[in-house]
Amino acid sequence: MTTPDPIYKTDALIAENIDQYLETHQHKTMLRFITCGSVDDGKSTLIGRLLYDSKMIFEDQLATLEADSKRSGTQGEEIDFALLVDGLAAEREQGITIDVAYRFFATEKRKFIVADTPGHEQYTRNMVTGASTADLAVILIDARKGILTQTRRHSYLVKLLGIRHVVLAVNKMDLVDYDQDTFDTIVSDYRTFADSIGIEEFTAIPISGFKGDNITAPSDNTAWYKGTALLPHLETVSVEDSLEQAEPFRMPVQWVNRPNLDFRGFAGLIASGTVRPGDEVRVLPSGKTSTIAKIVTFDGDRDIAVAGESVTLTLADEIDCSRGQVIVASKSPLEVADQFETTLVWMDEQELVPGRAYWMKIGTQTVSATVQEPKYEVNVNTQEHLASKTLDLNAIGIANITTDREIPFAAYKESRDLGGFILIDKISNQTVAAGMIHFSLRRAQNVHWQATDLGRDHHASMKHQKATVLWLTGLSGSGKSTIANIVEKKLARMNRHTFLLDGDNVRHGLNKDLGFTEADRVENIRRVGEVAKLMTDAGLIVITAFISPFRSERDMVRSMMQPGEFVEVFVDTPLEVAESRDVKGLYAKARAGELKNFTGIDSPYEHPEAPDMHIDTTILSPEEAADAIIARLIP
Amino acid sequence: MANKTLTHLQRLEAESIHIMREVVAETENPVMLYSVGKDSAVMLHLAKKAFYPSPPPFPLLHVDTTWKFQEMYKLRDKAAKDAGMELLVYQNPEAQERGINPFDHGSLHTDMWKTEGLKQALDKYGFDAAFGGARRDEEKARAKERVFSFRSANHRWDPKNQRAELWNIYNARKAKGESVRVFPISNWTELDIWQYIHLEGIEIVPLYMSAMRPTVVRDGLTIMVDDDRFPLNGEEPVMRSVRFRTLGCYPLTGAVESEATTLPEIIQEMLLTTTSERQGRAIDHDQAASMEKKKQEGYF
Repeated sequence: MTTPDPIYKTDALIAENIDQYLETHQHKTMLRFITCGSVDDGKSTLIGRLLYDSKMIFEDQLATLEADSKRSGTQGEEIDFALLVDGLAAEREQGITIDVAYRFFATEKRKFIVADTPGHEQYTRNMVTGASTADLAVILIDARKGILTQTRRHSYLVKLLGIRHVVLAVNKMDLVDYDQDTFDTIVSDYRTFADSIGIEEFTAIPISGFKGDNITAPSDNTAWYKGTALLPHLETVSVEDSLEQAEPFRMPVQWVNRPNLDFRGFAGLIASGTVRPGDEVRVLPSGKTSTIAKIVTFDGDRDIAVAGESVTLTLADEIDCSRGQVIVASKSPLEVADQFETTLVWMDEQELVPGRAYWMKIGTQTVSATVQEPKYEVNVNTQEHLASKTLDLNAIGIANITTDREIPFAAYKESRDLGGFILIDKISNQTVAAGMIHFSLRRAQNVHWQATDLGRDHHASMKHQKATVLWLTGLSGSGKSTIANIVEKKLARMNRHTFLLDGDNVRHGLNKDLGFTEADRVENIRRVGEVAKLMTDAGLIVITAFISPFRSERDMVRSMMQPGEFVEVFVDTPLEVAESRDVKGLYAKARAGELKNFTGIDSPYEHPEAPDMHIDTTILSPEEAADAIIARLIP
Repeated sequence: MANKTLTHLQRLEAESIHIMREVVAETENPVMLYSVGKDSAVMLHLAKKAFYPSPPPFPLLHVDTTWKFQEMYKLRDKAAKDAGMELLVYQNPEAQERGINPFDHGSLHTDMWKTEGLKQALDKYGFDAAFGGARRDEEKARAKERVFSFRSANHRWDPKNQRAELWNIYNARKAKGESVRVFPISNWTELDIWQYIHLEGIEIVPLYMSAMRPTVVRDGLTIMVDDDRFPLNGEEPVMRSVRFRTLGCYPLTGAVESEATTLPEIIQEMLLTTTSERQGRAIDHDQAASMEKKKQEGYF
């Protein structure tokens, strides 16, 4: 076993002059990196070795480790470093989700945070999570095996997540007798592949994590290798502060600080550039301009602040600025748009539903966004493009996204902070996808909304009524259509201008191309929502009778309408009652398996949590229900 | 172009501040769990920085076991006052009534005062987010812990249902009744904590520094006799020069013999020492590898 290099033996300085040691250590930089490889590549051994050589293992841990190595280690009498970090196996068996385990160690020059992504399953999701914050990736290759499918997969994800520095660690060199030709062949093969996916630069190092070759110091066993060892390389690779600072100033506003009437500060983490008092800035998306008055911190006002710092800014003018907006250098503003081409990495058991509205969190703002059907899916192993209508767990695809308002953004390749986003399911609140913006589709710029001379208010006032959508939702056979029909007749007698949109009828025309899958149901409701919206613009009272089983789609339609215009009416009939009525014989068919995706049987109905009206059909007759609805509409 | 390379402590500080501000912006009723230890001290200091010139816009909550060191209570009250923050102290009334103590009740002591006490306190005040000072480097089981850890309405931690955390984007959305524990100093190591305390001049409990203190040795742990509730079974407390590497209930916290009386000396000792931090805590010896279970039950 190679002994740790003397440069990591700092005990002498610590013992002799602790103040000087502390002074040096306060000027350390930080590097976050990810290790890619499976257990077979010696990943755990390498990480364990780094922790050991940088003295992050204490004596009691070492004693445990030595005992464990003898009992269950795979390395005979020698210390099995893998046991230091492999505690996760048991947890994995228990089904505990492990995205990433983070390890810490430090040398004289740097603090390191290692993202360790264990396991094969869920690999894409795990690795993308770990890679999202990494400055550098160590891609491990077993010298005996060369470049494998998984090497290509790891490299593709490293490139996708925009990690700037790549180290190709050709491991287990001890098992190929430290043969230079083996190393050179692997490096040459990798270069060809790296070029093909756009990785321009990488540093190849022959190592043995187990024996310790080229980990902390150049090894005599590879005298032919003239480069640096792994740790010294990690210690000296550029951390990009200067690059980040050379970009234009951008700071997403996190929180508005208002301790009293005289102070209004905008708190945030600077995404790029530098800022000084007197700088001209612009607030996006509003576009209002002002100048920086002060950079306020707990330690006093500052003359300058740079990318990576959390600060509070005050502006010279009282302009609107709130959480989610971005303060930028006035002369180089960000683009603002509401439609984007993106790469999505799907992370949820529930597949993507195109057309459904998700929350999109980008920077510090959260907006509602819909994802279109993917243009294609990428096979993460071969990088081939595949046709796909959705994205499953761990799938990567290219898809357009439309947001419900314009947002300031940057392409991901230019800024992780302003081009990376997550999608959140509106019901489960789970993080379902990670996304990266390629570019805006400029739809908003090219297709302008045509303002008409006669507005919606005019249409409604001519009819002496207020435009409304009465949205009846409930199980099949709950009585929606019956009640809707009575409501419309009663309103007609009151000289109200109405239109009834019925689920079954719409499927004969407007939506005859749609089936009953989750995705088609979403599109069905979206179209009905758009039609209902046009009708409210025309001043009509729209009555709809659709099962509309998903909360997120009902909320989507609500958000299309003016505030107060959408009245959600929950026609509540217990499943047993609806099934016993079975007016159209559909429940019987569904139970017999002849009808797929039937709501209440093999497709869920998400009942409204706070409907505007709740009609219990086990108490009210259809006639009474209609009266109740009209009483609510016309008090 | 001014080039400034940020140090690791500046990076960590900026990240922790970012996390705290996200919580304040996205949750309704946050609270900071304050245990008076060095990690809590750093967390509180970061909160002051995050919201300056406002005081941190949430209260401090101390889930008290009534068995902490006297010096901890002193600093707790002072620190809250200095920060201009409200201090809530919660003591589980049932534990109080049944006289639960670390001498007679073993792990029930931790369970009732801390685990149950914390749940009761969060319910009582309706907090939907609680900052905690746990770090990922403390032990193997914590290495994979998220920064935002979601709990069901009855405070269960569901390890199969935690969210991926990408970039510096945190998803704080949750259903009514659910809550989130947030660990803003996840990425700090013990050394980072000490260096930062030194650099920023943060006030810590004097127990971290060596002094002559009355102690007895039990089961290999050197325990300080901090008040007269300590049942001495014919033992005679011995004055020893000791300090503490972690602080908890005094009868459960092992001291180390040391001559380090200044912060640099403590750091020096820590760097040269050869046993890991949690060794001094009886809780880990009691049930090794039980952190997972404790977390599921609601303990941090």
